[in-house]
Amino acid sequence: MTHTFVGMPPFPVAAREALADTQLRHNLGHATATIRGKRDQVVAEVENWEELRLAGAAVKDRALRGLDQHLVQLEESLTDRGATVHWARDAVEANRIVVDVARRHRVDEVVKVKSMVTQEIGLNEALQAEGIAAWETDLAELIVQLGGDLPSHILVPAIHRNRAEIREIFRSKMGGVGRAAPSELSDDPAALAAAARAHLREKFLRARMAVSGANFAVAETGTLVVVESEGNGRMCLTLPDVLVSVVGIEKVVPTWAELDPLLRLLPRSSTGERMNPYTSTWSGVIPGDGPQEVHVVLLDNGRTRALADEVGRQALRCIRCSACLNVCPVYERVGGHAYGSVYPGPIGAILNPLLKGTGDPQTDSLPYASSLCGACFEACPVRIDIPEVLVHLRSKVVDGHRDDRIPKPEAVAMRSASWTFAGGRRLGRAERLTRLGIGVGRRFGAARWTATRDLPTPPKESFRAWWKRTDGRLDR
Amino acid sequence: MSARDEILRRVRSALTDVEPDPDPVAAPRGAAPADLVSHFAERVADYRATVVRCTADEVGAAVAAALPAGARVVVPPGLPEVVAARLSDVRVDDGLSAAELDQVDAVITGCRVAVAETGTIVLDHAPGQGRRALTLVPDRHVCVVRADQVVADVPDAVAALDPGRPLTWISGPSATSDIELDRVEGVHGPRVLHVIVVGEIEQQ
Ligand code: SF4
Repeated sequence: MTHTFVGMPPFPVAAREALADTQLRHNLGHATATIRGKRDQVVAEVENWEELRLAGAAVKDRALRGLDQHLVQLEESLTDRGATVHWARDAVEANRIVVDVARRHRVDEVVKVKSMVTQEIGLNEALQAEGIAAWETDLAELIVQLGGDLPSHILVPAIHRNRAEIREIFRSKMGGVGRAAPSELSDDPAALAAAARAHLREKFLRARMAVSGANFAVAETGTLVVVESEGNGRMCLTLPDVLVSVVGIEKVVPTWAELDPLLRLLPRSSTGERMNPYTSTWSGVIPGDGPQEVHVVLLDNGRTRALADEVGRQALRCIRCSACLNVCPVYERVGGHAYGSVYPGPIGAILNPLLKGTGDPQTDSLPYASSLCGACFEACPVRIDIPEVLVHLRSKVVDGHRDDRIPKPEAVAMRSASWTFAGGRRLGRAERLTRLGIGVGRRFGAARWTATRDLPTPPKESFRAWWKRTDGRLDR
Repeated sequence: MSARDEILRRVRSALTDVEPDPDPVAAPRGAAPADLVSHFAERVADYRATVVRCTADEVGAAVAAALPAGARVVVPPGLPEVVAARLSDVRVDDGLSAAELDQVDAVITGCRVAVAETGTIVLDHAPGQGRRALTLVPDRHVCVVRADQVVADVPDAVAALDPGRPLTWISGPSATSDIELDRVEGVHGPRVLHVIVVGEIEQQ
């Protein structure tokens, strides 16, 4: 399966296609509404949720502000407990490290715990190029992988598929890569989950190497944490002899005690549960229990670039709960594929340009994939001000295009607006012309802009004219 | 420059405008339910797990009742005798292979701590709780929780646990919501979680 997001069209093009897919919109609408409802309920149960959010944000900020020290400490504590720590500047280096471990153990397959970071670096493709099969073991990831498809949500990557589609994928594809689905498989979710259980169990029992990410990495103690539901994570983290965990450097939590607010925030924000079914922690090698060779790859891949952005660095607080996706009116309608990245939705719209830098048309289109309604900020358990970062990145994208031979229409509009706002007289005159301007605009040229946006009715009187007449008194 | 040095250099140069915070963040206190044990039992039941309360004398009977007739059972070394006393066919784990564990129907263990607010049991895999694979591969997990092991909320559990040990936090049976957001219990982990809470039961 060689599907990657590379070469995806810019957001507006992809979004238009997605909007035309009524099945997709139906599946998405149902799924996001369901999770939103569950989340609201369990969040309302926590009396001091707001205080908890502040603590979660503060922990991640503290981790980032002293990141160099925490990383060095993490390396030391992991090494003390028998793990081998590697550092990787980018995807190529990280993939090389994992491939080398696999080669050294002469394995031709690995089992994988769902992880965003291994998708980000294209690990499955890199392993496949070396003749090593990588089996996704999370049910949704399995659906995506068997379907030759791409994930479209952080938490439920197969959110765009309904049960009938899943049944079809299982029946036609499972047999080719392992235990086939029962021939009379129904589309009942319990039956589908049972088919996945049987299909994957033979892989778990024979696998000698596993690859995972980590939700958190505690610097002080070298403890890695994986949060999951199905038990596939536990299978991968426990049964094979060799475990490689790829960990983005922003996953650091300074101390063991500071893990607490994050463990209280994550499950309620993400699946809408008080606690997810399984959380596993480990540090290094535990004699007689679990993998006897443990590798940890600390990955940069653009994270230090994001860290250098004073406004944007807050995006590195993200704990990948996906709450921002589920409340986003844009995501709800177009789904995850339109963002052309493993990180879709509001967080993807800021994280991708921050990690990769602006300049590529696909990446540059993402900060505009938002209505700036602010729902994402309200939902975010670590209070990432996504709208603020979006606006900041839009200005970066515009700056990046300053020298284009043909300026974008928005750039022309913004330039003339800045000229107008820069002088009081000019602004006064412009305000008097607003009614006229909007009228003219409606007739000529603004149709493309207004096809997807509301153009406000101009006020009868400008602010300045009102001030002059009333001296600012509201009763006049 | 090695990848390590280069990444650390990039981190430092990205952070020239900020000072590190030396002091750990103090999180707000957690929930404080009045009757911890009842609260815990309710919350576990919410996950569609089975919860039974009994007195210390009744543990053996409660465990026996949690197992279907003829079930092949494994227990970890160090499990208190009384827990499995009523069972006839019990195997003590002596390093069974994954394939052998797959032939077992149920496992009985204790736990390290339990969280009332979230209905979570935490194993630190000390004697009596078994290595991690033991509570994972068999289809039914019977877990005996002493009432005095129940704490109020997550911060209390974090404070009680040793981060150097492997930990498994369990909240209900394994589950997935990946198909149209319909929750299905039982994917790769045990499909049945049976929690027995042992302690004096208050008279109503
Ligand atoms: S940005 Fe916030 S809401 Fe969105 S996934 Fe990350 S932590 Fe969750």
